[in-house]
Amino acid sequence: MRAAGRGRSLPTRPARFTPVIVTFHIFTGDPMFESLFQNILNALQWGSFYSLIALGYCLVYGVLLLINFAHGDIFMVGAYIAFFVATFLLGKYVSLGAALPGWLILALVVPVTMVLTSCLGVFIERVAYRPLRRKGVNRLYVVITALMCGLVLENGNLALLGASRKSFPELLEKSIWTFGTVSLTNLKLIVIVSALAIFWLLNTIVTRTRIGMAMRALSWDRFAVPLMGIPVDTIIVFTFILGSSMAALAGVLFAMSYPVLDPYMGASIGWKAFIAAVVGGIGSIRGAFIGGYILGFVEIMVVAFFPSTLRDLIAFSILLLIMTWKPTGIFGMAKTTKI
Amino acid sequence: MLLSVENLVVKYGNIEALHGLSFHVEKGEIVTLIGANGAGKTTTLHSVMRLPPPEAPRVVSGDIRYQGESILKTQPHVLVDQLHMALVPEGRHIFGNLTVEENLQLATYARKNDSRIKHDFERVYSLFPRMAERRLQRSEQLSGGEQQMLAIGRALMTDCEFIMLDEPSMGLAPLLMYDVFRTLKRLNAEGLTILLIEQNANIALQFAHRGYVLDTGEIVAKGTSAELAADPEVKKAYLGG
Repeated sequence: MRAAGRGRSLPTRPARFTPVIVTFHIFTGDPMFESLFQNILNALQWGSFYSLIALGYCLVYGVLLLINFAHGDIFMVGAYIAFFVATFLLGKYVSLGAALPGWLILALVVPVTMVLTSCLGVFIERVAYRPLRRKGVNRLYVVITALMCGLVLENGNLALLGASRKSFPELLEKSIWTFGTVSLTNLKLIVIVSALAIFWLLNTIVTRTRIGMAMRALSWDRFAVPLMGIPVDTIIVFTFILGSSMAALAGVLFAMSYPVLDPYMGASIGWKAFIAAVVGGIGSIRGAFIGGYILGFVEIMVVAFFPSTLRDLIAFSILLLIMTWKPTGIFGMAKTTKI
Repeated sequence: MLLSVENLVVKYGNIEALHGLSFHVEKGEIVTLIGANGAGKTTTLHSVMRLPPPEAPRVVSGDIRYQGESILKTQPHVLVDQLHMALVPEGRHIFGNLTVEENLQLATYARKNDSRIKHDFERVYSLFPRMAERRLQRSEQLSGGEQQMLAIGRALMTDCEFIMLDEPSMGLAPLLMYDVFRTLKRLNAEGLTILLIEQNANIALQFAHRGYVLDTGEIVAKGTSAELAADPEVKKAYLGG
């Protein structure tokens, strides 16, 4: 699993399932092409995590003009919630009578994690951001508050669960399809397909529904939205639910792909996803989504050709160049107001 | 009395912006508040509407009553949705990233009755045929006059009975301005109560039934439009001699 290039070795543990390996003979064995193809698959998976998280940054920024720096840590909490829900359903804490099949556990873990993580997102909005908004303080203070919320989540986790890493249980019977030397796991496919499906769903909500229209209106002009009879706070809560549940989904999928959880995973992945959102053009859903994949591709491709220690240096230098070329991000637009 | 403002004292921070303002609007009337820049006209409307949501002007004393009930603690979206009040703000504040039709649709957010919404769409499009022509255009591409029409149309789509307009003539060519006022007059004849805020006292007094003159947070003159237009003080200060 070099895809991540996270530079940490995963603990070995007895597999619950024996992987199903299917081999196809499609490629005639051109190693260059096969390795490129493998890297593209890995980049798509890696970028999917960034994209899912970046969408959350983008939504909250679009609606509140707030960079929600706690978002990465919401992703981390999502992964931990998934861990506890999964181990609970595996009967680790109380005996559930019969052992549940893995697919059923997964089918329960995803929605439960999304709901619980949304509650956290909404809680932070209510307790930390809304009181400041009511007082009409400068947005800078709200951003600092968001940073602090993230730190509280990180260190709260550390205090509560200790520094030892958690190993996420295997829920899915692994299938590996190999095409020559290119291998595709069912999990990789699930990650990529889920990210695309979520993007499509989100895009539909924002462009086709009434509440989505209200979100777009808020992003343009906050002043006039209540004049349309729209309860602004409801729209904001909805935005946090959307963003947090996507971070939760990213958390579940990430934990399944790289099954080692630590309290700082949100800080590292979350910050990068934020940068991805900015590179794509923060405020643009399409931009944030594509920004995530750009970062994924750049990271994977750097590791494919250079030592992995250079990954972040080269990757972020490239992103810096993109920002110099387009400061508002690739899909971002400087808002023009007409009088 | 539809709207009554009683001894309203309003502060921004430590600065008192309105010093005991009183006026009222009867159902079916067109009332205008005229006054120079900084007289407190917009502050008055924002106090009524509790806008903008986080930093609305702070009402220190006095009361604002709508249909007899105090609305000092009512949230703006409730005023729109349940009390059928509307505000066309200064600078229009249309949603430039939405199409003309989406702007109108958004204003029906809290409404339920579908057949009446359809009827209101037709009404707005017949009042402002330009809006029907530009239905699917992004509204930031509209001209200033068209944006003003859209802002009024949008307020009508909220199913309002009472509409407050903040400087609707601003930035409009005279011909267009008369157009907008003729439309408002027609809406008034159909039963809409109007509170109009204007720097352009000339046109406001031609158009309104009654008026109040505001100067640095106080009402300095009031009466029917004809009385005010004939008042030598008002003439000198606001009507250019």
